[in-house]
Amino acid sequence: MTEMNMVQAINDALRLEMRRDDRVLVLGEDVGKVGGVFRVTQGLYDEFGEDRVIDTPLAEGGIIGAAIGMALYGLRPVPEIQFSDFIFPAFDQIVSEAAKYRYRSGGEYTCPMVIRTPVGGGIRGGHYHSQSPEALFIHTPGLKVVCPSNPYDAKGLLLSAIRDEDPVLFFEPKRVYRAAKGEVPEGDYTVPLSEAKVVREGKHVTVVAWGAMLYEVLASAEEVAASHGIETEVIDLRTLWPIDLDTIVESVKKTGRIVVVHEAPKTCGFGAEILTLIGEKAFLHLEAPPVRVTGWDTPFPYTLETDYLPLQHRITPALIETAKF
Amino acid sequence: MPTQDELVQLYRQMFLIRRFEEEAARAYAQGKIGGFLHLYIGQEAVAVGVSAVMRPEDYFVTTYRDHGVALARGMTSRACMAELYGKESGCSKGMGGSMHMFDREHNLLGGHGIVGGHIALAAGAAWASKYRGDGRVTLCFFGDGATNIGGFHEGVSLAALWRLPVVFVCENNEYSMGTPAERTLPQRDVSKKAEAYDIPGLRFRGQDVTDVMEQLREPIERARRGEGPTMVEVMTYRYRGHSMSDPGKYRTAEEVEERKTRDPVRIGRGHALAAGVSEEALAAVDAAVEAEVEDAVRFADESAQPDEALLHTLTLAPNGDADSPPPAGSYPAEKRSPLSADAAPTEVHHA
Ligand SMILES: Cc1ncc(C[n+]2csc(CCOP(=O)(O)OP(=O)(O)O)c2C)c(N)n1
Ligand SMILES: [Mg+2]
Repeated sequence: MTEMNMVQAINDALRLEMRRDDRVLVLGEDVGKVGGVFRVTQGLYDEFGEDRVIDTPLAEGGIIGAAIGMALYGLRPVPEIQFSDFIFPAFDQIVSEAAKYRYRSGGEYTCPMVIRTPVGGGIRGGHYHSQSPEALFIHTPGLKVVCPSNPYDAKGLLLSAIRDEDPVLFFEPKRVYRAAKGEVPEGDYTVPLSEAKVVREGKHVTVVAWGAMLYEVLASAEEVAASHGIETEVIDLRTLWPIDLDTIVESVKKTGRIVVVHEAPKTCGFGAEILTLIGEKAFLHLEAPPVRVTGWDTPFPYTLETDYLPLQHRITPALIETAKF
Repeated sequence: MPTQDELVQLYRQMFLIRRFEEEAARAYAQGKIGGFLHLYIGQEAVAVGVSAVMRPEDYFVTTYRDHGVALARGMTSRACMAELYGKESGCSKGMGGSMHMFDREHNLLGGHGIVGGHIALAAGAAWASKYRGDGRVTLCFFGDGATNIGGFHEGVSLAALWRLPVVFVCENNEYSMGTPAERTLPQRDVSKKAEAYDIPGLRFRGQDVTDVMEQLREPIERARRGEGPTMVEVMTYRYRGHSMSDPGKYRTAEEVEERKTRDPVRIGRGHALAAGVSEEALAAVDAAVEAEVEDAVRFADESAQPDEALLHTLTLAPNGDADSPPPAGSYPAEKRSPLSADAAPTEVHHA
């Protein structure tokens, strides 16, 4: 075990898998010689060379399109989109091409690739360096969507994602890239896709979150435990899609209450889907209205970042109200 | 050659941009400006020269490296600096920040953070002036890196097909973020791309503001005559990193020093002196610029934060169904939580 941050853990996973499997390669803007704007791919260019660590021109549609071609040929590309805010020029490639290969070729072809991209706010980046577009991809059948919150999961999930036969969007919560630290095993291990994790047990209210928001939720959980004796069960979703509904349903059966917290805007955010699923699967167990604590239905602001993000000052009252309902 | 007065004016604008950005960089280092701050230092002659031969009523569309263009067009230093600070007195009410310079009075349709996303917009604006028959020209700036993304092709293609009154200015500063042009451009001479669209292409070094003016006159007039766009590639260089978070380690000190020997501000000053402007007169200009920048910083510092309610009113005309932020004051400052302690800001290298 070594203590690592998220950047190191993801780098470690990429290195490990590139050593293990010569089909794996990375491509993107400044990922090679520079090592990526967040330094996630640092050192890979030196070790694996320019055929496997490819500096691309500024062309997201080209990056993803080329990655799709590589995947169809049998390689395992791991393209990086520098910020998830810049994924939209590639949206067509992801939604119209990558997501539909398995289906429209009758299963002859799959598109095994992992699109890594930093996500979320909290770095004063304003609207083009802060957004959380996960719901747009979850809404697209044919894609898997992952968002780890800590180094252990980041490495284990990335290895699972690269070995998966389908296209995976791998969202990396940039705010905690270096702040989230933890013990990470050396060498190979995986965290299976589609397994959520109960990271804090409690009997009064269930909270589902992922990525950087998990830390805000945990802080609120401590706060309401101390102030009101409310025991919050916190679920780190880890893989957003396909969702591990069982873990959530099981928890809600125990607590009767659910709160979903995410950075993305509320309307048609992933919280809406989670709460609907709970309505379908655990309606009779609910003892309080399901609640979402989310970003506002506005662009992600520059100056008003802490007003926009669903931080403790909004999570804590939601937990108290839901628990007391 | 421009007149003495014009030369002083050109020098003043370039020196203003230089000093404005140096102070912005300082404020960034102090944490007063957040996010991403892309400096134009080294490229001043391009925005100033182009702007000098455009008419006040013409339109401009540009990238995130936009402070120079904004100031050259006539945005006040106060409005520009306050925007960087995210204050309500900024040109975009503090809602955008560095990459979002908008100025309706000067027909600046914005800085744009999504590379290449703005190029077709220039075609649209130019279509509108053709349709209105108002004789205006739209000027569209972008970088060398931007010519690789699909938006570039789509925008230029439309403008050429429809013979729109637009001038495309590619500021080739040799780098797309940390990657040199020779590793991103299959055809390093961007002006040659013009051939593919059957429009004129032009390439020249743009460190001398009078060269920029001379070279741009014909493309602008051609556009105004209704003969369509021109692809102008201006060779230039940014002295600083891609943005404030970029130490720029991918270039050698020798390279940067060599480029600095063609400093646009110094060249501009030289022109004024050669035309007979006295050192004293230029010293007075310098002092006025210093005072202007100092005032802008003070103004930005003292201005108020934008009101939370703006989030709502600036998203759509009020919409009852959307999840609006609560009315201002619902979460007074003392009730607001900061980002949790174990999630300190991430180190970003250059974005
Ligand atoms: C679609 C998109 N992809 C990536 C980025 C990140 N990015 C911002 S500027 C830039 C390099 C652009 O280089 P160039 O066009 O030469 O302009 P310069 O910065 O040199 O002025 C990159 C990769 C972005 N903002 N938008
Ligand atoms: Mg460039």
